Amino acid sequence: MPIWDFIHTYGGQILGGTLVTCAQFLLASAVAVTVAMVAGLGKLSRNLAVRGAASVYIEIFRGTSLLVQLYWIFFVLPLFGITLEKFWAGFLSVGLNVGAYGAELVRGAIRSVPRGQWEAAYALSMSPARRMRRIILPQAVQLMLPPWGNLLIELLKGTALVSLISVADLMFQAKQINASTFLSAQSFGIALIVYYVLARAIVTPFMRWLERVMARRLGRA
Amino acid sequence: MDMSEYPLELPEGDRPMVRFMNVTKSYGRLTVLDRLNLDIAEGEMVSVIGPSGSGKTTVLRMLMTLETINGGVIYLDGRPLTHMARGGRLVPADERHLRKMRSSIGMCFQHFNLFPHMTALQNCMEGPVQVLGLSRQEARERSEELLQMVGMIDKKDQHPSRLSGGQQQRVAIARALAMRPKVMLFDEVTSALDPEVIGEVTNVIRKLVAEHHLTMLMVTHQMGFARDISDRVCFFFGGRIEEQGPPDALFGKPERDRTRQFLSAVKEAG
Amino acid sequence: MTFDWNWDFTWEILPRLLAATVNTLLAAGIGYAIALVLGLVLALAQRTPSKAVTLVVRESIEFIRSTPLVLQIFFVFYVGPQFGIRLPPWVSGMIAIGLHYSAYLSEVYRAGIDAVPRGQWEACRAINMSTRDTYLRIIIPQALPPSVAGMGNYLVGIFKDTPMLSVIGVTELMHAANAIGSESYRFLEPYTLVGVIFLAISLPTAGAVRLFEGWVRRRLGL
Repeated sequence: MPIWDFIHTYGGQILGGTLVTCAQFLLASAVAVTVAMVAGLGKLSRNLAVRGAASVYIEIFRGTSLLVQLYWIFFVLPLFGITLEKFWAGFLSVGLNVGAYGAELVRGAIRSVPRGQWEAAYALSMSPARRMRRIILPQAVQLMLPPWGNLLIELLKGTALVSLISVADLMFQAKQINASTFLSAQSFGIALIVYYVLARAIVTPFMRWLERVMARRLGRA
Repeated sequence: MDMSEYPLELPEGDRPMVRFMNVTKSYGRLTVLDRLNLDIAEGEMVSVIGPSGSGKTTVLRMLMTLETINGGVIYLDGRPLTHMARGGRLVPADERHLRKMRSSIGMCFQHFNLFPHMTALQNCMEGPVQVLGLSRQEARERSEELLQMVGMIDKKDQHPSRLSGGQQQRVAIARALAMRPKVMLFDEVTSALDPEVIGEVTNVIRKLVAEHHLTMLMVTHQMGFARDISDRVCFFFGGRIEEQGPPDALFGKPERDRTRQFLSAVKEAG
Repeated sequence: MTFDWNWDFTWEILPRLLAATVNTLLAAGIGYAIALVLGLVLALAQRTPSKAVTLVVRESIEFIRSTPLVLQIFFVFYVGPQFGIRLPPWVSGMIAIGLHYSAYLSEVYRAGIDAVPRGQWEACRAINMSTRDTYLRIIIPQALPPSVAGMGNYLVGIFKDTPMLSVIGVTELMHAANAIGSESYRFLEPYTLVGVIFLAISLPTAGAVRLFEGWVRRRLGL
């Protein structure tokens, strides 16, 4: 089948899958950023229990595979009475997994803010919360944006695994088309290209733009 | 470029150890060296002084073939270094030719550039063993002799990170000498050193001048040192040799205004 | 709540899972060996004088890094047969995972090589060293220690990505857990055990990598 006929026939299916992938990506990103902030700050907390909880979360999710986490959340959590619809299980797993890596970025960036900034804020007798919010975090965010750019690419790639619990994303549609046509080069090849375009033409430029915006806000551009 | 004015080989009787012939170097539109002509005789010690940006370091880097040149030819011991004869005319040298010619030249750098993962002795033996193909025994004897000469024999098994700047530079001199070069280049070898250890490096160079028949070209900021040990001093300004001559003449009775200005500015700063 | 951990079942399936763990480690080891070598080739290929080679290699690395490994595994496994080449799951799996991680490792090597000061290259020229010896004896030994951390992270990474090989039928740990699940309709024990086994291997490995990094630095006198 010529490639144009292939696209004509299966383009809609691929587009539908791409939209599901985008939705999974956006929701998982929101989860990842949120838990990364919470766990990253938690790991810097003076409270031993908070620090311990953050460490356990980070080590478990970084120490095992995303696929294991996905299956566990989808197949095992229901045994504890928590049944998640597959779409939810998908982006929650991906988000929690990437969030654990993101937590380390948050922690590292906060600790990279020069000591003098902490001391200056202290000398102005700012409360710890205000110091973090007004002085430290804005500088830390700028430091951690470039590695977050890479992490979000990893997250996008991670969403492909939700196809294994039958979320109808791009990967899932590619498999379906392959199974019914045996045109593997076309179906998987097009999916590879779509992922590449999403990563290089949308995610990376967006993060670059965000870096510039943040730099401007800090008066560094 | 018309290469016919450049001989394939310098004639007998007119063969300095190094000859820069109309050598030009530019980066884009910025000309660093403008048609430089400079001869260095065998066994001569020539110092190069001048303000920063005058092109003096570039002279050394071109001779070491770390920089390509944009015009002219450099001859080494009568034979072209930057070019090679092909079909009766000179063409730019290829890597093989450069490797053959380069082995006659040794260089010491401002920041020493010792290999950090090797001891002082291993640094000195590296070239003789890997490049010259000496046996480890021969290379070791040669290196230990040189480390003895520069006063570093008791530190021969230390890594560079454990040595002071002055000590590292002395090892670097030994490493360069271990290749038995005909020409030695010293590129601001004391500039990165603390004042109190400069003497230990300059003393080594003094010893070299006194005891060895080596051709040397040295870029330095130390006017007193240059005056003491040089046969000739070249003052560079704006990519050209503004003035040159025996040290006593150049430092004692400079002829050009720019030389006088430079020397008095250095004197005030020092 | 239907949470009931069955210890008898646990002891029954544990040997089977541990046996599959051997395959997981084997897959990670082979994949990593491919990635280590191929990554170096990709890193050095970007240093040739040819701009075209550099550009093609760079874009290929970007492509591999921006697309999902699980999709690459499917691609390698299914595209061969379409053109009459039938590769066993193990072979396609090792090609895909080795290629994927070689792209990452090439970036680690590249950063390591770029971090070696320019003076080191110049010192090599000053003692007239060949390009080959310059790389082998001076540059790579210095590029390695800062690369060890990155290389170690990807060793742990490749290990954690091996479950994806189960999708084309490589009989590793995840494959065994899936099989147990579909035979017994019990998922709690197999999937939890898989998680525990992964933790038990990846956490000490990450620690060992950190120790090794320090050792390499000291060993090279840096």
